[in-house]
Amino acid sequence: MKMLEIKNLHASVGDKEILRGINLTINAGEVHAIMGPNGAGKSTLSNVLAGRDGYTITQGEVLYKGENLLELAAEERAQRGVFLAFQYPVEIPGVSNIYLLKAALNAVRKYQGLDELDAIDFLSLVRSKLDLVKMDEQFLHRGVNEGFSGGEKKRNEILQMALLEPSLAILDETDSGLDIDALKTVSEGVNGLRSADRSIVMITHYQRLLDYIEPDFVHVLSDGKIVKTGDKELAKELEKTGYSWVQQGQAE
Amino acid sequence: MSEQEQINEVLATDYQAGFVTDIESDTFPPGLSEETVRKISRMKDEPEFLLEWRLKAYHHWLTLETPEWAHVNYPEIDYQAISYYSAPKKKTDGPKSLDEVDPELLRTYEKLGVPLDERARLAGVAVDAVFDSVSVANTFQDKLAEDGIIFMPFSKAVHAHPELIKKYLGSVVSYKDNFYAALNSALFSDGSFVYIPKGTRCPMELSTYFRINAANTGQFERTLIIADDDAYVSYLEGCTAPMRDENQLHAAVVELVAHDRAEIKYSTVQNWYPGDENGVGGIFNFVTKRAACRGVSSKVSWTQVETGSAITWKYPSIILQGDNSTGEFYSVAVTNNMQQADTGTKMIHLGKNTSSTIISKGIAAGRSQNSYRGLVRVGPNAENARNYTECDSLLMGDQCGAHTFPYIEVKNPTAQIEHEASTSKISEDQLFYCKQRGLDADDAVSMIVNGFCKEVMRQLPMEFAVEAQNLLSLSLEGSVG
Repeated sequence: MKMLEIKNLHASVGDKEILRGINLTINAGEVHAIMGPNGAGKSTLSNVLAGRDGYTITQGEVLYKGENLLELAAEERAQRGVFLAFQYPVEIPGVSNIYLLKAALNAVRKYQGLDELDAIDFLSLVRSKLDLVKMDEQFLHRGVNEGFSGGEKKRNEILQMALLEPSLAILDETDSGLDIDALKTVSEGVNGLRSADRSIVMITHYQRLLDYIEPDFVHVLSDGKIVKTGDKELAKELEKTGYSWVQQGQAE
Repeated sequence: MSEQEQINEVLATDYQAGFVTDIESDTFPPGLSEETVRKISRMKDEPEFLLEWRLKAYHHWLTLETPEWAHVNYPEIDYQAISYYSAPKKKTDGPKSLDEVDPELLRTYEKLGVPLDERARLAGVAVDAVFDSVSVANTFQDKLAEDGIIFMPFSKAVHAHPELIKKYLGSVVSYKDNFYAALNSALFSDGSFVYIPKGTRCPMELSTYFRINAANTGQFERTLIIADDDAYVSYLEGCTAPMRDENQLHAAVVELVAHDRAEIKYSTVQNWYPGDENGVGGIFNFVTKRAACRGVSSKVSWTQVETGSAITWKYPSIILQGDNSTGEFYSVAVTNNMQQADTGTKMIHLGKNTSSTIISKGIAAGRSQNSYRGLVRVGPNAENARNYTECDSLLMGDQCGAHTFPYIEVKNPTAQIEHEASTSKISEDQLFYCKQRGLDADDAVSMIVNGFCKEVMRQLPMEFAVEAQNLLSLSLEGSVG
C-alpha cells in the first residue's frame, strides 16, 4: 500500500522557494532516511508534511493513504495518523505530560469514532509504553518538556509516538543533541515501533543514526530536490565524502 | 489562516452572562448629593451612627481627587449621571424566603449557574444573591445560625447585629482610605455580612453572587467578614452584568478580620461584562479589599480569578498584625480585547514571624493591558518577616501589554524577601506542537492557559474550580466550555 506520495512538490517561505520539485513515494512498512546539508530543505519538508503554517505550496501534491494531505489542517493530519517527532520539542509549563498525552490520544480516538479512555485505562496503557523508551513514571507528571534534558525530550517524543501509533511518523533530526546512550535508547524505541503498516521518515544530518535504525532507502536532499536515492550504503558514502560531491554532481 | 489569525478567531467570543432580566425596579434618578446619601440610609431605616458615618465619608470624598496612578485609561466618570440605587420592586421589606422571591430573579440566577434552590446542585454552598443594590435571596441562613454563624445581607445585619457593625465597619478600610472607598462608604447599599464565632469551623462554603442588571446604575456593595478566635470560613464571590454600551461603575469594599488562629479563605470569580471587542461598554471595577490578620497565628488567603470588567483596579491586601500570621494572594487576571487591569496586592508585615506569599498570573490578549502592582512592606518591629512573590505574565498575540510594578519597603534587617517575575508568550511553536498531536486551536489555547494558571486555580474551592477553569477558557476561546 502506498502510504505517502509526494509529487513535484514546490514550497516557498515568503518569495523564497525552498522545495523545488520533490518526488517521493513511501510504501507502508518502509523506513526512509532523508539526508542533506544544512539549508537543503529537510525541515521545510517535514513542516510542510505536518501542516505547519508559514509555507506556501506553489506546485505539486501530496497524497497520504490516497487522500490529499495538503488541504487538511495540522490537527486533522495528526488525527489521521501523521506524526512529527520534533527536532526541538517545546515546553508547555504547568501542563502535565500525562494531560497532553491523554488529550492527544483522545483526539485521535475521537476521530476514529472510539470512546475516550477513562483515567484508569489510560494510565495502564501509557505505563505499558514507558519501558519502550526507558522512562520513569515520574515523567508523566512533570510539565510537558519542562526542564527536560535534550535526551529526555527526544524520548518523550518517541513515547508520544508509541502511544498514538501513527501510520506515518516523521522524525525530524531526532538524533541531534543526543549522547550515544540516549541515541541508543531512542533508536531502540523507534525500532520497537517498526511494523508492516507503519512508515517512518527519518530526517537527519548524520549517518550515525542509521547505524541504529536501518533504513530501507536513503535519499539525499539538496537545494530543495532529491538528488540521489540509494540504500544505507549511500549514507556511509556520504559520511566519508561529505555532501559536496552530491552538490557538485548536481551542478554538472 | 495563519496562527495569529487563529488566535484571534479563538479569542473572539461571546459573553455568556450578558442577558438582561426584565423586572420592575425602584431606581433613584441619577445624581449625587448629600440627599442621595440620606435617602439610601432612610430607605434602609438605618441607625443614626451609620448615617453619620456615611455623611462623613461623603464629605471626605468631596475633598478627594480621582486617583490617576494606575496604568489604565478611561474617560472621566460623571458622578452626576449615575443612579446610586436600584432594587427590584417587592411587596415586603427585607430578604424573603425563597418561595416569595420573584420567579424571574430565581430564573436569572439559575441561568447564571447559581441555583438558589437549597436542594440544588450547590447544596454544600450557602448563597447570598445581590441584585443591583439589594440582596434578593439568602440561603441556608437558619442552618448556619444553629452553629452561631451569621451570614446575612449587610442591610439586615445593621438591624440584627448593630454592635458588630459598629465595632468592625471601617476598621480595616477607613472611609478615608481612598477615593472609591470613600464613595462606597457614603453610598453602599447592600452586601454580605459574615460572623464566625469562636472555635467554629463553618461547615459549608459561603458565597455571594453579585449581579448588576439595571442600566446606568452603580453597584456599591460592602462585605464584612469576621472570623473570631480559632474560627474558619471559606467564602466565594461571583459577579456578572448584562452587555450594555454604557460603562457602569462598580465600587465595592470588602473588609476581613481574622482573630487569634482564625483563618479566612476568600475567593473571587469576577466576570463583570468586559465590553465589546472595540472597548464599548463594560464595567469599571474599582474595588478596595483588605484583610486584617489581627490575631496571633491568623491566616487570610485571597484567591481571585479576574476575567471580566473593562477596567479593573483592585488590590486585595493583608495587614499582618498578629505575630506568626500568614497572608496569601493568588491571582489570575485575564484581559482580552480592550480590557485594562491594574491589580495586585499589598502585604503589610507588622507582627513578628509573619509570612506572605504572592502568586500572580496575568494573561493579556487582544489589545488589552494587564498590570501587576504589588507592595511588600516590612515594618521595623516585624522580626523575621518572610515574603515570596512570583508574578508571571503570558502574552497572546503582539498587540497587548503586560506590566509589573513591584514595590518593596523593608525596615527590618531580618526580613527575607524573594521576588520572581517572568513574561512569556503563547508561541506559535506551542500551538503547532499541540495541533500536531491532534488538538484543535481552542483546546490547545485552553490547555496552555490553564497550565499557566494551575498554581492559582488549585487554590479555589473544589465546587468552583471547574467553573473557573471553564470561565477562563470561555474568556479566551470561542467553542470550549
